[in-house]
Amino acid sequence: MSEIQPNMYRYDEFDARFVAERTAQFAGQVQRRLSGELTEDQFKPLRLMNGLYLQLHAYMLRVAVPYGTLSSRQMRMLAHIARKYDKGYGHFTTRQNIQYNWPRLVDVPDILRDLARVEMHAIQTSGNCIRNVTADHFAGASADEIEDPRPLAEIIRQWSSLHPEFVFLPRKFKIAVSGSPHDRAALAFHDMAIEIVKNAEGRTGYKVLVGGGMGRTPYIAQALGEFVEKQDILAFLESVLRVYNEQGRRDNIYKARIKILTNALGIEELKKLVAREFAEIKARGDLTVPREELDRITAYFAPPAFETLEDAMPFFDEKKGGDAAFNAWASQNIAKHRAPGYAIATISLKAVGAVPGDASAEQLDAIAGIMDRFSLGEVRVSHEQNLVLPHVRQRDLPAIFAALQAIDLATPNAGLITDIIACPGLDYCDLANARSIPIAQRIARKFADLDRQHDIGELKIKISGCINACGHHHAGHIGILGVDKKGVEFYQLQLGGSGAEDASIGEVMGPGFTEHEIAGAVERVVNAYLAARKPGERFLDAYRRIGMTPFKQAAYDMEAA
Amino acid sequence: MAHQNHGSQMLTANRLRDGDVLYRKGDGWVLALADGDVFGDEAAAQAALAAAQGEAGRNEFVSPYLFEVRIVDGRIIPVKEREVIRAAGPTVRHDLGKQAGMVNV
Repeated sequence: MSEIQPNMYRYDEFDARFVAERTAQFAGQVQRRLSGELTEDQFKPLRLMNGLYLQLHAYMLRVAVPYGTLSSRQMRMLAHIARKYDKGYGHFTTRQNIQYNWPRLVDVPDILRDLARVEMHAIQTSGNCIRNVTADHFAGASADEIEDPRPLAEIIRQWSSLHPEFVFLPRKFKIAVSGSPHDRAALAFHDMAIEIVKNAEGRTGYKVLVGGGMGRTPYIAQALGEFVEKQDILAFLESVLRVYNEQGRRDNIYKARIKILTNALGIEELKKLVAREFAEIKARGDLTVPREELDRITAYFAPPAFETLEDAMPFFDEKKGGDAAFNAWASQNIAKHRAPGYAIATISLKAVGAVPGDASAEQLDAIAGIMDRFSLGEVRVSHEQNLVLPHVRQRDLPAIFAALQAIDLATPNAGLITDIIACPGLDYCDLANARSIPIAQRIARKFADLDRQHDIGELKIKISGCINACGHHHAGHIGILGVDKKGVEFYQLQLGGSGAEDASIGEVMGPGFTEHEIAGAVERVVNAYLAARKPGERFLDAYRRIGMTPFKQAAYDMEAA
Repeated sequence: MAHQNHGSQMLTANRLRDGDVLYRKGDGWVLALADGDVFGDEAAAQAALAAAQGEAGRNEFVSPYLFEVRIVDGRIIPVKEREVIRAAGPTVRHDLGKQAGMVNV
């Protein structure tokens, strides 16, 4: 099967030159560090600007996957890098990127050169800058979408890449975009988020949220602009960044994010400050997005030439029988596509007992083949650490399922209790206080029975190994935060969080549990839900109806099952 | 890195060229925790740290710091889980890291 180039942004001459120059620049910086010309203090900010961290066991390279979109050619390169320079695997993150856990500093220039060959890099995946823009992983495919958010994401990427005014912000700045009323991008937990909306006249524009975030001080983002016209979006974003850059705190790392500024000023005062900047930038007139430029970028993401098909999902009628394993996968991992006869297929990277988000080089290569054969050469990385085949023919689903089974990636658990987000935690991360992955594995094993998972229904567990919340524990229906108590790992439970359109921050239950107790506590909480729920009620809905008390009583009842 | 404790300590760093975890032994570094020097008193530990910091210009290692250990049945055991994992490798992948004999060279 030949390699298929999907409809996605392709580098122009400027992009290619920029990435090539930056790659060469960093290669020189690495060389100067190795020769001693640069000290570690001088080199550290430079390596971080290129996505290179020093973690517990080795360096870690975080590669940007802009708005989570990858071609099969890029996927094969990611497999090649895992195989040649790392330990044979990569880790997909909650910001739709991929991390390699074992690269050698001396190899990083070669890795970046290889990435540049497929229009990829690691720029702005770290540091106090505007980070890689994330997006709804069903973008351009979902049946409920108003408009594909990726053209906007690409425009923001180009505007924010090495923007001279915003290279040294008070703190990192994360932007997410979505074109659907169903929020799959955790908009409310971003520094800034843009939702494509329609106004009363039926025109599309942008609703801009600001001041959301997780970490030590979680906040839900607030509406800053209810309807920003398309041509004004960069002027509006620049206004917000300008206010933040000027007024955001730089004296305290824990109070430096825009969420702190937003809540210190109040949203109405922030609106006034942004409006003043906006008027100034608009009057200057050089940040208007030209219609032809928006059209040019949008054309890269044109919908593929879908065949004229009819919806004919064989698994819709389970009474017809068929393969039970396939039916289980199809009923859980398939979402409705915009085009008749097509489907969106989630590839779960959450096999019971596996490391959430990890994929081997062999799996990455095989997925690239599946992308070419069945999904017009394209895959998406989700912030839930899964992969998504955005455009597959419904009639091909059995063959896709078989191909995924062959590489152990056909786990039918998308959105279920074993589809757990977990940060790398203390197994890898220099900042972590406790391990996350083994807790996810233990919980997944406890709930491995698929019938039980289906009985429980949608339940999102999210685990972070420290207060920085890379595992999104604040947004988990059940959130778990690992803490260090005198050198021993403990785990706090939070209930009631949501990263969807009904966003909420989880409530802390009480004292933490040991690593041996936490999975049992989660099971007791789930059992309390099963006992209390009304017909059709999700865990989150039940929690919102009856509150913490019954769950807390159950969790701390160590004598119960 | 300032330490309040006065128990046994070791000195660790990461190798510059590949990030591998190092432990101080004499005037140099070794890759295995079990082969490293254990400093029984604070003065010796601080002297080792100061010596290492003075060698930064050799560009062989980065980020040296002291951590607590205890000796159990003749074996060196880090007090903190972080250092236990760092000395061995990921607890979820026993095929990786020093526990698997893996060295980033």
